[in-house]
Amino acid sequence: MYEKHILICAGTGCISSGTLDVRDALQRELEKHNLTDKVRIILSGCHGFCEKGPLFIVYPEDVFYVEVTPDDMPELVEEHLIKGNTIERLLYKDPTTDEYIYNHEDILFYKKQKRLTLRNCGVIDPENIDEYIMRGGYRGLKNALFMGPTEIIHSVKSSGLRGRGGAGFPTGIKWEFACNSENDKKYVVCNADEGDPGAFMDRSVLEGDPHAVLEGIIICGRAIGSDEAYVYVRAEYPLAVRRLRTAIAQAEEYGLLGENILNSGFDFKVNVKEGAGAFVCGEETALLASIEGERGMPRPRPPFPAVKGLWEKPTCINNVETLANVPLILRKGHDWYSSVGTEGSKGTKIFALTGKVNNTGLCEVPMGITIREVVFDIGGGIRFGKKFKAVQIGGPSGGCIPEEQIDLPIDFDSLTAAGAMMGSGGMVAMDEDDCMVDIARYFLSFTQNESCGKCTPCREGTKRMLETLERITQGKGEAEDIAHLENLAISIKDSSLCGLGQTAPNPVLTTLRYFRDEYEAHIFDRKCPAGLCPDLLTYYIDPELCTGCRACIKVCPVEAISGEKKEPHVIDEPKCISCGACLERCKFDAVKTK
Amino acid sequence: MGEQMGCACAVEEEFDYEKVEKVMENYEGQKGAMVPILQSIQEEYGYLPRPALEYVAKRLRIPASKVYGVATFYAQFHLAPRGENIIRICRGTACHVRGVSKVADKMKELLAVGVGETTEDMKFTYEEVACIGACGLAPVMMINDRTYGKLTQDRLEGILEEYREGEDQG
Repeated sequence: MYEKHILICAGTGCISSGTLDVRDALQRELEKHNLTDKVRIILSGCHGFCEKGPLFIVYPEDVFYVEVTPDDMPELVEEHLIKGNTIERLLYKDPTTDEYIYNHEDILFYKKQKRLTLRNCGVIDPENIDEYIMRGGYRGLKNALFMGPTEIIHSVKSSGLRGRGGAGFPTGIKWEFACNSENDKKYVVCNADEGDPGAFMDRSVLEGDPHAVLEGIIICGRAIGSDEAYVYVRAEYPLAVRRLRTAIAQAEEYGLLGENILNSGFDFKVNVKEGAGAFVCGEETALLASIEGERGMPRPRPPFPAVKGLWEKPTCINNVETLANVPLILRKGHDWYSSVGTEGSKGTKIFALTGKVNNTGLCEVPMGITIREVVFDIGGGIRFGKKFKAVQIGGPSGGCIPEEQIDLPIDFDSLTAAGAMMGSGGMVAMDEDDCMVDIARYFLSFTQNESCGKCTPCREGTKRMLETLERITQGKGEAEDIAHLENLAISIKDSSLCGLGQTAPNPVLTTLRYFRDEYEAHIFDRKCPAGLCPDLLTYYIDPELCTGCRACIKVCPVEAISGEKKEPHVIDEPKCISCGACLERCKFDAVKTK
Repeated sequence: MGEQMGCACAVEEEFDYEKVEKVMENYEGQKGAMVPILQSIQEEYGYLPRPALEYVAKRLRIPASKVYGVATFYAQFHLAPRGENIIRICRGTACHVRGVSKVADKMKELLAVGVGETTEDMKFTYEEVACIGACGLAPVMMINDRTYGKLTQDRLEGILEEYREGEDQG
């Protein structure tokens, strides 16, 4: 019997911060002190607080250590495990009160969260099916096996669950369509081709709780009358692929997958398909083409996949996070589920909170929470005391919400009304140093690059929009550019074949709506208000701060800086190419931009 | 078909088809296996050699253009040999706002290559990808299967050094 359990976060974030070295060092220390049969090390899934990784929790006392290193292990074993003293310096320190916090639930980052989909992430060993079962796993499936398809679909419909992959289509209705399509063969497809830059919730769920996704897939199969599923997962997520395969093998061994599941007469098989790196494959019809081994290009709908999908058979496609919600609905009931959230958006949503906030990581919040609560309470506000400017929600399909709308409740409908989109749940906070025209240009360069080229509005339109935005950020914008961008945006939205093109103009439209003055400053004043676009910056040296060390003179590639030793230097503006080398080199912050 | 293959004869003589054949046998009779077949071939050779692609087309009885179409659609596939170590810098949103551009420029300078290129000694191939999904640690890059977070320009040389001395660490 183990006396203590130590959970070390082994999500991708923490692994890159050194989790495995910490584990090895701990193992060595435990061996040294003959504690290996008393203390058990568990590598858990993502705990969400990536910023402070590697994360380390000691049970039963539930002490939460952050940023641990292999060098901390001797002290940890001797002081904490043997003598029972908590090591203060490894605890999380509240940045506002400077107090040490022992328990992770007391940290503001976790306090405002409601972890339903992530309930097991960071708590169980994702490669051990018994731990999932002990936490109530596969009970939803058991209930579903007693229910008929109509009853399961009724339950999912009543729960109000909407697709978490982007557009928010009601999941129960999708299932009903597929259920009503009569055919000898039907497929379930789990879309794990998480391609949005800035989003990694699907990765974390698959890595931290693969059985929850698997259980959701099997329940979906039961509901629509299918006997086979495909999980289409990015090859860029090797750990997620591996854990999913392990989970499938374990479920088969336990009779939860395969023939005659739990003696119900229901057969079900799950295959894993690795994507090969094409953003457009997140679009459902393109994804199906990719599974079939073709170029991943979308096709017109109708016919919808629920009628003619994979290999022309009725197919029900759901996103990872959506499916991970399903077991809970079947286990705890739809009334319980729909008690969380707002009128039109039920349950919770996982966001990847990144960018300029203090606490980056993965958080799960009830629908209806405000942007302010997420950015300032969970995210701990903006880094380095800078001013909050906007939050980008929904990745390349979404938009930038400005500070004036910070009290906007987050749900599917309010975000769409504000011009953004729930998207998959990337949330990137931006501060005064971020140029909104540059952000729009960044997203357009992404969508333009990822456009599959099948339909003209998307292929040519995104290219023209990108060219215009590039000209603006280079200081070559023209008066009619804004109207030109707006016209193009509307045409692309209206006439593109699939979701990629239909939403690609959103980042431009929202920045034009809320930050038009920044576009105008770039075009008419040839200035970048955030001081980011290199071609629009003028460099100068503050004579008060310059010590005359000549460092900038040496580094300037075009000999635009002059001045005597120990005398303030001067930049010759016409000669300067705005490369920024002097600014980086100066140790006294004397080089400024305007 | 036979004549078309003829043009690759010179290469064909030296090319070792055994590995491709093995891959093909593994996926015998499976529908929609084109992507995994190409993935397995790339795993064997490090890239997709032209004779291998032509062989796949012959074995599947489909035009070589179709195989080529799939191979060029996906970012994962490469038609030219690549370096021993693959460096992938993340150009995702979180990395963008946390200044990955400077890190990327420094890396290109250190390696003296452009995007998608391989160093002369075949040690490193430099690539840029849309998002690695480790946004909490932006800016981020991967070398082979290992992720490096919270990058700064100054850290790059040290990281590269690990791979220059020793063998493949991925």
